[in-house]
Amino acid sequence: MQCDDVIWDIIGNKQFCSFKVKTKSQSFCRNEYNITGLCNRSSCPLSNSQYATIREEKGQCFLYMKVIERAAFPARMWEKVKLSRNYEKALEQIDESLIYWPRFLRHKCKQRFTKITQYLIRMRKLVLKRQRKLVPLSRKVERREKRKEEKALIAAQLDNAIEKELLERLKQGTYGDIYNFPVHAFDKALEQQDEESEEEEEGEDEEEEDDEGVGKSEFVAEEELEESDLSDFEEMNKLKTSSDEEEQDDEEESSGEEEEEEEEEEEEDEMKVETKTKATSKSKGKSPANGSTARKKRAYVEIEYETEPAPKSRAT
Amino acid sequence: MDITEVPVSNDNKGKKNEYKKPKNKSVTKERNAVEPKLEPKLEPKLEASETAFPPTFSVSEIKNKQRRHHMFMKFKQEKSKLKLQVKKKKKKEREALGDKAPPKEVPKTIENQRVYDETTVDPEDEEIAFDEGTDEFSAYFNGLTNPKVLITTSDRPRGRTVRFCEQLATVVPNAHVYYRRGLALKKIIPQCVARNFTYLMVINEDRKMPNGLVLCHLPDGPTAHFKISSVRLRKEMKRRGKDPTEHSPEVILNNFTTRLGHSIGRLFAALFPQDPQFVGRQVATFHNQRDFIFFRFHRYIFKNEKKVGIQELGPRFTLKLRSLQKGTFDSKFGEYEWVLKRHEMDACRRKFQI
Repeated sequence: MQCDDVIWDIIGNKQFCSFKVKTKSQSFCRNEYNITGLCNRSSCPLSNSQYATIREEKGQCFLYMKVIERAAFPARMWEKVKLSRNYEKALEQIDESLIYWPRFLRHKCKQRFTKITQYLIRMRKLVLKRQRKLVPLSRKVERREKRKEEKALIAAQLDNAIEKELLERLKQGTYGDIYNFPVHAFDKALEQQDEESEEEEEGEDEEEEDDEGVGKSEFVAEEELEESDLSDFEEMNKLKTSSDEEEQDDEEESSGEEEEEEEEEEEEDEMKVETKTKATSKSKGKSPANGSTARKKRAYVEIEYETEPAPKSRAT
Repeated sequence: MDITEVPVSNDNKGKKNEYKKPKNKSVTKERNAVEPKLEPKLEPKLEASETAFPPTFSVSEIKNKQRRHHMFMKFKQEKSKLKLQVKKKKKKEREALGDKAPPKEVPKTIENQRVYDETTVDPEDEEIAFDEGTDEFSAYFNGLTNPKVLITTSDRPRGRTVRFCEQLATVVPNAHVYYRRGLALKKIIPQCVARNFTYLMVINEDRKMPNGLVLCHLPDGPTAHFKISSVRLRKEMKRRGKDPTEHSPEVILNNFTTRLGHSIGRLFAALFPQDPQFVGRQVATFHNQRDFIFFRFHRYIFKNEKKVGIQELGPRFTLKLRSLQKGTFDSKFGEYEWVLKRHEMDACRRKFQI
C-alpha cells in the first residue's frame, strides 16, 4: 500500500534520500519531476501520490501528472500532456487538466511554466545576438609557442637589425639633405675602394678622383684658411687621393656651418684624423710619406691638432 | 647512455673499477645484512670489469648511485678531454695550412636550415608586381588614400587593454579609439566605410590581457587575425624616451619573404602615411623572425654615418598570424586565404610560412 506519510517520514528527515542535496540553510531535491526543486513534504514527488509537474523538452513544454490509481504501474505512472505554444492557452490547459487538484500544485505548475517560457524566450534572443566563441587552448602548444617566441626574439637581434636598416637608408640617401653625413659615407666608401685599387695599380684612380676633387674644392671658402693653406691644399691634391681631400673640404664646410654643437665637430675631426690614419695605414706601399706630409701640413692648418691623440686609440 | 664508447675510456673504467674493488668489498661487507640482493649483482659486475668489458656495458647499469655518479663524471671528463685534443689538432692543422685552410664552418641555425618555401617572393617577379598593382592596397600605394585607423576592443575592456589601445593610437598617426559597447562588427564596418576609415583594429581581450588583434582593411580589404603576446606598455619599458610626437614615423619591414609575408607586410605598411616625416626621427619596426612578428617603436639619432643610436619609446608586442581572410570581417562565411593549422605547420621545425 502506498502511504505517503510513512515515505516522507523515512526519506524526509530521518534516513537517506538519494535525490536530496543538503546545504547549510536549505535542502534541495534533484528529482527531475520535482516541481519546486526544494525538498519539502509537499514538493517531494516520491511522498505525494497525487503530483503534477511541468517539464520542457527541446523548447516544448509538457504537463506531467501522477495519480494514486497508477501507483502500481511505474511504466505508466506519469501522464504527459503537451501544452500549447501560446502562453494563455497553455495556462488554460493547465487549469483544465488540474481542475479539482490541490491549490498548491496548480499554482506551482503555472509558476514553473511561466519561468520556463521566460528562459526559452531569452535563449532565442541570445542566439540572435553576437555569440562569444570559446576557443580551447592547449597548454602544451602554448608553452611550446612561448618558448619558440623567446628563441625567435633572441635570434632576431632586433636592435642590430634596426640600426643596420637605418644606416642602410642613410647610405642610400632616403633622408635627403637633412643630415650632413651622407657625403662622408659616400666618400668613405669611395676612399676604401680607392685604397684597394691603389695597392694594385698606381696613379690611375687618383687622377680620376683628382678631377672630382678639383670640382669639389671650389666649394671651400673658409675663413680659417689662408692663401698659404689653399696652396697647400692644391699641392695635396696632387699628392693624396682626392677623396681624402673631399672629406676634409666637406668636413670643414660642415664644421664651419654647424658651429652649434662642439661634439659634432669633434667627432668629425676625430673622424677626419681617423680617416687619415686609416688612409695611411691602409695604403701600404704607396703613400705613407705623402700621408705623413699631408698630416703635418694639416696639423698646422687646422685647429683640430689638439684632438689627434684621442682618435689614435680609436683607430687602433 | 650511448653505447658508442671510445676504446680509451674502457681501459680507464677497468682501471677505475680495479682501484675501487677494495672499497667495494668493504662496503659490501657492511651492507651484507641490509642489502643481500646487491651482492650477487655487484660481484658479477666486478668480475666482468676485472677481466674485459662486455661491449654492452654502460654506466647506467651500476645500481649504486654514488658509484654510478662517479663513473659518469669520469666518463664525461674523458669525453671533454678527447674533444679538447681534437680541437687542438684541428687548430694546429689550420695554422699549418695557413691560407689554404678550408674556410671556417658556419654553425647551423634555424634560419640557415630553413626549408625553402616555394612561395618566396623574388624581387623582380612580374606577376607579383602586377598583383600588387591591382590589389586592395593599390589605392594606398598610389597615394590616393590616407590611412585613417579606428581602434577598438572586445566587450568590456579592462584597464590594461584600454591603455594599450591609447598607446597604439599615439604610435599610429590619425588613429581614433572608440569604445565597443557591445556593437556587432559587421554593423560598424559599413559605418566606418561611410566615414572614410581605411583600417579597423580590434584588440581582443582575455583575462585582463590583450591577446588577439583583428586588422581589417576597410573598403573590402583583407582581414588578418593575429595572436598578441608579450605586450609591454610604455611605463614598463626600461630606459625609454619621452612620449612619441605627432610626426609620422618611418616604417621598417624585415624578413617578409614569402608571398603571404608580402601581403602581410603591405597590410602593415598601409597603416602608416606614405610620406614619413624624417624630422620626427621615429621609426616603427615590424620584424618577422620564424613566423613571429615583433613590433617595436624607436626614436633614432645618427651620431655619425657609422653609428646610430636608438631609444625605445612606445609599446612593444609580438604578433603571430592566425588567419588571413579575403573580404572584410566575416568569420563564418568569409573566404580564408590562409589559416594556421597547428598540426600541419608545427610538425616541421624548419618550415615557416611568413
